[in-house]
Amino acid sequence: MLRYILRRLILTIPVVFGILVISFMLTRLSGDPTDLILPPDAPDSAREAFRRTHGLDQPLPVQFVTFVGNVARGDFGDSLRFHQPALDLVLERMGATLELAAAAMAIAILAGIPIGVIAAYRRNTPVDIGVRGVSLLGQAMPSFYLAILSIIVFSVWLRWFPSGGRGTWAHLVLPATTLSFQLVALLARVTRSCMLDVLGQDYIRTARAKGLGERRVVWLHALRNAFIPVLTVIGLQVGFLLGGVVVTETVFSWPGVGRLAIQAIYARDFPVVQAVVFLFAMIFVLVNLVVDLLYAAVDPRIGYK
Amino acid sequence: MSIDAAAPAPPRKSQSNTRIVLRRLFRKKTVVICTVMLVIAVICALFPGLVAPQDPYDQSLLLRLKPPAFMEGGREGYYLGTDHLGRDTLSRIIYGARITLLVSLLAVAVSTAIGIAAGLAAGYFGGKPDAVILRLIDMQLSFPVILLVIAVVAVVGPSLTNLIIIMGLSGWPRMARIVRGSVLSVRGLEYIDAARAIGAGHLRIMAYHIVPNILSAIVVYASFELARMILLEATLSFLGLGVQPPTPTWGGMISDGRNYISLSWWVSLFPGLAIGAVILTFNILGDELRDALDPQLNHE
Repeated sequence: MLRYILRRLILTIPVVFGILVISFMLTRLSGDPTDLILPPDAPDSAREAFRRTHGLDQPLPVQFVTFVGNVARGDFGDSLRFHQPALDLVLERMGATLELAAAAMAIAILAGIPIGVIAAYRRNTPVDIGVRGVSLLGQAMPSFYLAILSIIVFSVWLRWFPSGGRGTWAHLVLPATTLSFQLVALLARVTRSCMLDVLGQDYIRTARAKGLGERRVVWLHALRNAFIPVLTVIGLQVGFLLGGVVVTETVFSWPGVGRLAIQAIYARDFPVVQAVVFLFAMIFVLVNLVVDLLYAAVDPRIGYK
Repeated sequence: MSIDAAAPAPPRKSQSNTRIVLRRLFRKKTVVICTVMLVIAVICALFPGLVAPQDPYDQSLLLRLKPPAFMEGGREGYYLGTDHLGRDTLSRIIYGARITLLVSLLAVAVSTAIGIAAGLAAGYFGGKPDAVILRLIDMQLSFPVILLVIAVVAVVGPSLTNLIIIMGLSGWPRMARIVRGSVLSVRGLEYIDAARAIGAGHLRIMAYHIVPNILSAIVVYASFELARMILLEATLSFLGLGVQPPTPTWGGMISDGRNYISLSWWVSLFPGLAIGAVILTFNILGDELRDALDPQLNHE
């Protein structure tokens, strides 16, 4: 077990390195970062000075080493817009984003898995066909469109929930549901197909044969075994959630990291963009690490080899 | 020529096989409906001038935010209403099909080309190339795609070419994975050994013996990928990072309508329906194609 954890940890090292390279290259893609950051009419002397203070006159590998050293100390440079350390700005807003992402994930798990189980159990009935139809639709609707539709219906017409901002529970409802919609659809689909596999297994027949109630068979014996692929999907979808918050936060004016990132991009505030890209990728890698370790805990067949 | 000896790859699809697949496909009503939708979208993209009732760039202050023709206050000829500049929504949706389909198709072409090359190299050679490519795939998949694409587009600028290249680059790892998996399932088969025994080179084996046999997996995946690219293009243009105005894009139209949704909801509503319909079409066609190409699913 310990060796498995160690090996898994070593495997993340090249990935983290890649994340560093990509975040570093982001501002170098267009050639000279001075062009991105300084206004176009900046005099050459100012450009020279900027290059010198930011080490841009050094060769690229040297710049990269400096960048990695700075990142290790949590220093992504100062935001060009707020004149505060970029990392602080991002961390300040992380709470709001995590709140939104956690709410969306909770909705997805609490709705998606039971829907999938029921659809599998009532295979090819109207319930199942309805679930499949809605989940196909869920995949076809862009989340920003869903967000706008829900604003039209629930805040403009019905006036049930506010159309933007953060504060009370009511503010959380629309962003969290629209963010979770595609996830609910996906989890329902995956749970359904895994449950269909499991429900056909011999041990399910055995469980029924020894007289266990249907409820116990389906929700305990079957679901527990169908859970591992579902867990993978949940882990992989963290990346989707982090991408999704960028759009959802923008539509609902939710004061989180995603909205900060978009505003930073519009304002060409690249230290902040770099910090967000790096942090989001790191979160994603960590979550997947945890999911992989969880497997080993849930399924004794994995990892001991 | 001596090459002829190795030429006929045994499982290449014969004419009758294609016909079987097609017949199996079009037996289903959903496939027929989806094909019709696809044809409509393609016609809109190719000849928007023939289909659109109005000029999509024609602004008119008098016609600002008019409701659809079927509603009270609607104008004849403006079937889905007008936007904040008095431009016809339906015509802009029709013209928008061109950008959406063009960008997504070419982006899929880019990601498929890279994905096939990388997947073939990884699956066929195994060992070091496989390990390196797998690491690269993992690395790229560990980024939230949307954020990365948004950031890169913001840096290099949202021109048509840039969009296609960046979106294409964002999609290759998944395709490479699919191709690698399919190659692995084919690589150990006897006819590959036979081709090698005759003296066929690596490139020849890959191009003539492996690719034709994994083509169906690639086609099916490409149709899903197309749906994903349409979604990505819509998201980018919604955020103002797609093809720039006044060129109509579906995402951009939804974004334009945001400020007026309390009264003029149609400006945002209809372009979204177009996006949803096109994505749904490609997803369903992909699903059905997969089923039709899979001989094991015959009984369904």
